Amino acid sequence: MSNNTDQQNTDLDQLVGETTGTPFLPDEKVKMSARNVDVFYADKQAIFDNSLDIGKNEVLAMIGPSGCGKSTFLRTLNRMNDTIPICRITGEIKLDDENIYGKDIDPVLLRARVGMVFQKPNPFPKSIYDNVAYGPRLHGLARNKADLDEIVVTSLKRAGLFDEVKDRLDASGTGLSGGQQQRLCIARTIAVSPEVILMDEPASALDPIATAIIEELIDELRQNFTIAIVTHSMQQAARVSQRTAYFHLGKLVEVGETNQIFTNPAHQLTENYITGRFG
Amino acid sequence: MENDLHIDQHISQRFNEELEDLRSKVLEMGGLVEQQVMDGTDALVNGDAELGAKVVERDTQVNAMEVAMDESCVEIIARRQPTASDLRLIVSIIKTITDLERIGDQAEKLGAFAVQLSDKGVSADKYSNLENISSKALAVLRKALDAFARMDHEAALEAAKMDEKVDQEYEAILRQVMTYMMEDPREIKKAMRVLWAARALERIGDHAKNISEYVVYLVKGKDIRHLDSLPEAKSL
Repeated sequence: MSNNTDQQNTDLDQLVGETTGTPFLPDEKVKMSARNVDVFYADKQAIFDNSLDIGKNEVLAMIGPSGCGKSTFLRTLNRMNDTIPICRITGEIKLDDENIYGKDIDPVLLRARVGMVFQKPNPFPKSIYDNVAYGPRLHGLARNKADLDEIVVTSLKRAGLFDEVKDRLDASGTGLSGGQQQRLCIARTIAVSPEVILMDEPASALDPIATAIIEELIDELRQNFTIAIVTHSMQQAARVSQRTAYFHLGKLVEVGETNQIFTNPAHQLTENYITGRFG
Repeated sequence: MENDLHIDQHISQRFNEELEDLRSKVLEMGGLVEQQVMDGTDALVNGDAELGAKVVERDTQVNAMEVAMDESCVEIIARRQPTASDLRLIVSIIKTITDLERIGDQAEKLGAFAVQLSDKGVSADKYSNLENISSKALAVLRKALDAFARMDHEAALEAAKMDEKVDQEYEAILRQVMTYMMEDPREIKKAMRVLWAARALERIGDHAKNISEYVVYLVKGKDIRHLDSLPEAKSL
């Protein structure tokens, strides 16, 4: 670790200290757990010693200013950072009781269990049907055509898109509207029956109506999945999540019930951020 | 977290101004309502019908202030979507001005009693013991408004406690008035008027106590209403 990073660590400790609130949940409620996670891009540290549990069937919102490390942290949860050669991660992240950075873990299979939806809808340049069928085919989840049809229809229905596209499943996915494309991506993600869905600003490129539809969908998906969502919209975090985590300069400052965070946050930095004050 | 809520430190300068404006208007309304209670009491105790009429007339100003501030609060909620201490400030203000308006109504009653009594040529000698409960109720109101101005939850808790003195004073007046009534039933009508006025002042103490509770919520985010033993309040 460079001296520069040491200095950053000391400054952060003074500013933030230990994470405030309730980062940890009772064992029986935990779906994923992160312990003492550090992330480095080359010799620059982006995440500082963060520990956090994500509960079963909960929506956890991660908020914070640009560059606070919330997206980086999210991407550690399904090893998306593996694709960046200079990125190095220390600490431990578990899915159920399994260390996802363990030697015997295949990142491709992991990403089927921990799916991801990105900021910009990114359907494949294929038909709507093939977009959703892609994952199940790759992972051999369907024994025959009827099975696959069933998965595609169910996934599109769960993503709240089926009624709008049922007559044109052969049309290209890229021809849909922005909101529909994002729901198509969600359908594609849930088609492989993941356990956790990570969302990185899933509605920031959408208009308010499409956003409302996605938020409603998130609330429904919570019945079957665990969801972690990074968002720049505080109102969105307040609307969709049960717990909210606030990141600042790579450090998890505070985690708590969303109601508490938005009415009476315990840490001054959280208060400053969500009320739009200079911090 | 320290008690200062830093309402002047938003990135939006306009928002700072809106909140500061609202806060000073609450204090302005508080000042007016306080004057109303003092004048209402004076009018009654001194049999001053003219002052009583003035109090009644001025209540429309109090009402207008409540309506205007309510509108400002709704506008801020719609346009700013306040959170955390900002949200608590707006909620506390909406509730505080409701109680201030009701204190205004009670003061108006005192003024109206003063007018009625002088019309009937009734002497005001029986009303002198209202001065005591009035000054106690006013003390709660002043303390609560002061706590709001300084965002001082400890002062607010003291104010809430002070309301007990107002209640005790009311009980004392009640016993005294009942004694008058038993001694001389012809005095019942007059005695009832004293009791109503005392009741109005007792209610003023209750409303002032409510305001002090909103201050605790504003500063600490804790709702201490209807906690008889106030164990949670003590832990603040």
